[in-house]
Amino acid sequence: MIRSFGWESVEFLIRGAGWTLLLSLMTFVVGGFFALIFALLRTLGPKPVRLAIAGFIQLVQATPLLIVVFLAFYGLSFMGLHFPPMVAAGVSLAVYTTAFLADIWRGCIEAIPKQQWEAADALALTRIQQLRYVILPQAFKISLGPTVGFMVQIVKNTSVVALIGFVELTRAGQLLNNMTFQPFHVFLTVAAIYFAICYPLSFLSERLKGNRHVRPAH
Amino acid sequence: MSALHINEIKKYFGALLVLDGVSLDIEPSEVVAVIGRSGSGKSTMLRCINGLEKIQAGSIEVAGHRIGPQGGDLRSLRKEVGMVFQSYNLFPHLTVMENVTLAPKVVKGVDRQEAEAIAHDVLRRVGLAEKSGAYADELSGGQQQRVAIARSLAMQPKVMLFDEVTSALDPELTGEVLKTMEELADAGMTMVLVTHEMGFARQVADRTVFMHKGKIWEQGPSEELFANPQTPELRNFIAPNLK
Ligand SMILES: Nc1ncnc2c1ncn2[C@@H]1O[C@H](COP(=O)(O)OP(=O)(O)OP(=O)(O)O)[C@@H](O)[C@H]1O
Ligand SMILES: [Mg+2]
Repeated sequence: MIRSFGWESVEFLIRGAGWTLLLSLMTFVVGGFFALIFALLRTLGPKPVRLAIAGFIQLVQATPLLIVVFLAFYGLSFMGLHFPPMVAAGVSLAVYTTAFLADIWRGCIEAIPKQQWEAADALALTRIQQLRYVILPQAFKISLGPTVGFMVQIVKNTSVVALIGFVELTRAGQLLNNMTFQPFHVFLTVAAIYFAICYPLSFLSERLKGNRHVRPAH
Repeated sequence: MSALHINEIKKYFGALLVLDGVSLDIEPSEVVAVIGRSGSGKSTMLRCINGLEKIQAGSIEVAGHRIGPQGGDLRSLRKEVGMVFQSYNLFPHLTVMENVTLAPKVVKGVDRQEAEAIAHDVLRRVGLAEKSGAYADELSGGQQQRVAIARSLAMQPKVMLFDEVTSALDPELTGEVLKTMEELADAGMTMVLVTHEMGFARQVADRTVFMHKGKIWEQGPSEELFANPQTPELRNFIAPNLK
């Protein structure tokens, strides 16, 4: 049992940070997968599908993440679907990420001038080929900065799942504080770990935004 | 048999009638210039020819492929019809070589080696063989437009459409693009070109078509049409240009 803040405590926090990273990564992969599909359907799908996705995005963006998490954890368990905290946390963060990334990526696709579609159309490329060879590679480049920027939000936002008892970095900090009663040591260390994860991402994001001519390697 | 057959097409944008029963037959290797005031429907006619805009009546036939108000086999038609735009519209993330080989590879399934051979050939024709590794933003406007012409040529179209392809260029760069087009014409390409370059139309086009209010108002062999316009509208249109 940890009694005062020391190396052991830092180790404990770093294990928590491991869960934060894992949860962030899972969220990004799962959310990113659905976001890509949603972004494409949002721009190119039939009208009812476009409207449905737009509605979903608006709804999720207008809901505090914590409420999404509570819905997934308490709401679904009330209906008899009892998810462990890990799954409830992952699902709710993925839903949240899907909505935001889909919106960011839709913006990137729509930022490509319509003349690019037309030029590819005039060369007899199919709709899918136009996307694959002309639109998405360009949209991808402009999406890098905002996407990496959003990853910072994901990392920080994983902290809300502490409230359903999932022991990631923030929850680990709370537990440690209850044992040591040294809140400054504990939470400054927690903040420092978040910073160590997020700062490189922020830095990269700014670099990618600044460099408008990033080209895929050939 | 004509290379391009346009039969009584009508095009509306909402309630606005932009093409009002346009018919035009173009022979293989013929070069036709389209002139007319802004808003007369020149671009719209070109865009209808390769299906970028839907028509509401009439039909268009190229190399046995027909499109009408119900659509048609657009992709087959577009393989036969090249189009070059005022704003070049090169793909900025691809090199010149990749711009030119993309459609032959993905649309026609030509293998990489053959696609590059075709690209070398068409780039040589437009005088840019040495630029194959460059990106669009490393080229002048005139060079970009010539790459756009090469990209279109690489699909070996039967007909090429040009929509004011020199209008966005500085005057000192229009010459090189016009020269490329003239060489294409001499090589027997069937061409329809919308242009504000009256001198070029008169000199290079076999026939000139004057559009007015969505109709073909007057047409004839270029030399005759410019020397001896029949309608007051055409006379008014070319008078300030000839000064
Ligand atoms: N996408 C569109 N939606 C609505 N109206 C359009 C559209 N495109 C063109 N128009 C209208 O159709 C008419 C013909 O336009 P078009 O571009 O064919 O003229 P143009 O002869 O090429 O003129 P310019 O010399 O200015 O290029 C114009 O009144 C124009 O405003
Ligand atoms: Mg026009």
